[in-house]
Amino acid sequence: MISFRSLKPYFWDHKDPGIGLFKHLFDYRRMWKLVVGFSVTFALVPVLCAGIFDFMVTKASMERELFQRTARVVSNTRRSVTFFLAKHRAALKFIVRSSSFEDLRKPLQLYRYLEDLQVVFQEAFTDLGVIDGAGIQIAYTGPFKLEGVDYSGQWWFKEVLLHGVYVSDVFLGYRQVPHLVIAVSHESQDGSIYVLRATVDTVRFNSLLADFQLSKHGSAFIINRNGMLQTESRYYGKIMERMTLPVPEYSARTQVEEVTTDDGKQLIVGYAYIENTPFILLVVKPKDDLMGPWYSTRTTLLAFLSMSIMAVIIAIFSVTTHLINKIHLADEKRLIAMHKLEYENKMASIGRLAAGVAHEINNPLSIINEKAGLIQDMFVLKGMYAKDEKLLSLVGWILKAVERCGTITMRLLSFARHMDVSIGPVNVKELLDEVLGLFDKESDYRGITIKVDVGSDVPVIESDRGKLQQIFLNLANNAFAAMDQGGILNIKVEKQNSTFISIIIADNGCGISQENLDRIFEPFYSTKKKEGGTGLGLSITYSLVHKLGGTLEVDSKIGKGTTFHIELPLKSRNKKMEKL
Amino acid sequence: MKAKILIVDDEEKFVNSLAERLSIRDYDATTSVSGQDAIEKVSGYNFDVVMLDVVMPGMDGLEVLREIKRIKPLTEVIMLTALPNVEIGVEAMKRGALDYILKPCEIEELISKIDRGHARKTEQEERISAAEVSGRCYNGV
Repeated sequence: MISFRSLKPYFWDHKDPGIGLFKHLFDYRRMWKLVVGFSVTFALVPVLCAGIFDFMVTKASMERELFQRTARVVSNTRRSVTFFLAKHRAALKFIVRSSSFEDLRKPLQLYRYLEDLQVVFQEAFTDLGVIDGAGIQIAYTGPFKLEGVDYSGQWWFKEVLLHGVYVSDVFLGYRQVPHLVIAVSHESQDGSIYVLRATVDTVRFNSLLADFQLSKHGSAFIINRNGMLQTESRYYGKIMERMTLPVPEYSARTQVEEVTTDDGKQLIVGYAYIENTPFILLVVKPKDDLMGPWYSTRTTLLAFLSMSIMAVIIAIFSVTTHLINKIHLADEKRLIAMHKLEYENKMASIGRLAAGVAHEINNPLSIINEKAGLIQDMFVLKGMYAKDEKLLSLVGWILKAVERCGTITMRLLSFARHMDVSIGPVNVKELLDEVLGLFDKESDYRGITIKVDVGSDVPVIESDRGKLQQIFLNLANNAFAAMDQGGILNIKVEKQNSTFISIIIADNGCGISQENLDRIFEPFYSTKKKEGGTGLGLSITYSLVHKLGGTLEVDSKIGKGTTFHIELPLKSRNKKMEKL
Repeated sequence: MKAKILIVDDEEKFVNSLAERLSIRDYDATTSVSGQDAIEKVSGYNFDVVMLDVVMPGMDGLEVLREIKRIKPLTEVIMLTALPNVEIGVEAMKRGALDYILKPCEIEELISKIDRGHARKTEQEERISAAEVSGRCYNGV
């Protein structure tokens, strides 16, 4: 697992050092959140809209396609069913029209017709009867004795007389086989009306629909207008029972609608009322089955959408992080530059102040010097008070003190002089002595030994005296801060080759932990923040060494001490000029 | 012969003490506390060496130096300065000063420089008078 730490951008934990003017310009975390928020919103809203729109359109077109397919199945089946009924009806019509009433009432003739029909229609017809206008079955051929039965009171008989043809509901009949009755009426030339009635086995009817038992959960079946099942249905009730689905509304054309069952299943129901019959054809399929291809499409669509979103988010995150890191770095650089400028200004001011003070002190110091000198002269040269050893030694002390003051003011003045940037000849040994001179008192007081070893082959180098002074001062300061009573500061200068000299400044102080060592030259990194450290000393030292064309490295062990290695070119080029 | 020395510095106590110390050492030391006064004194008396402070109110050391060199080119001038500023020293020497000394200074160092200046002036004067003598001889023939 990639931890958040390794993904965390550099600026995330940024803390403003917050020193007055030198504040960072931005709240990076907030800026990052803002940019990411805006970008994500503006990038993803269109993608999501397009995705949802596409989703809806595809879904709608799939559904439309589904409805159309169902409608096609329904109308095809309706045509088959209509044709099935029509051909049986037509056969009866033909018989009625081609034979006379006299012929038909002969049982033998009727039997022959039945036989012929059974051959032609493959056993579909089970019996045949002739009924006269009064409703009495005057002839019958078939498995039952139905001659003489009076149908005049029956509804279907009135119906057939009225419309010329009648198709009954399906009934089970005596043999428990589903049947239906087809009856046609005929008006003979003499004006008398009679009816030919046949019972048709609907097994063939079922097989018609069986062809349309489409998908695994789909079914096609016929009901009558009361919702009684007329053929077998696989899932919605048994034959001659009430269908579990509601009866659809009448429509002259094929219809497809969506029905939700009581247990919440969505069904696509296609239906058609079959004209001149009590039948309604239904094709029912569970929607889920039909939408199968849609679901796989949907999965692909969603996968693509989420991948796009992921890609967009990753892109936005990385680009934003990268940019804000850049801004953060630039801001940091600006701050460092400002700090350095301020530092240099401060040093320059101190320098000017020091020079002024030194100059002012030098004049009275000269007076003291001359007065004391005069006293000494009077003793030594003129021989006055010559025997007073005590006075003589006192004057000697005054002169020594003046000399010391003179050295101090001289140092102050030379410190001030070196504030100006310029490359010139520098004697490293002299310079080191000058800088370390500032630590004389402290080293005496704290019992710290300073050892300086400058190789005899170390030449006078071309460098910036002031900057070198600052470098040594900073490093010596650091060493003194790290050392306790009785520490040893070792400074070794050697000529390394024809272009470089190396300076090693080693102390035996407290040392620096590895973790701090990695960041030691980073600006604002300080372990002494509480004691007023700015975290800039070593960072400035580092940049000064680089400015002089050299390198600075550090090596340290906790408890053993710290060693700084400086390499300086014998001739520093003025980098400022190069920059311009 | 004693060297005739003029000490110019705006610090009166400094010049007095120094003059006295030089007198003890058998030098003919005169003092002056301003540039203007120094120029008057130089024009009225043939000093061998002038010790001249660089930083003074009114005329500063470099101006006084130029003036002295104009009136008395042979008089040697040693600059006194409280600033260890090489540039000023170099500038003064370009304008004809013999040397420069940082204040506060040790009397021995001062004396050695005065002696050098005195010796140089004496030598030049001798050369000039010799040249004049031979010139006169040449002209007389």
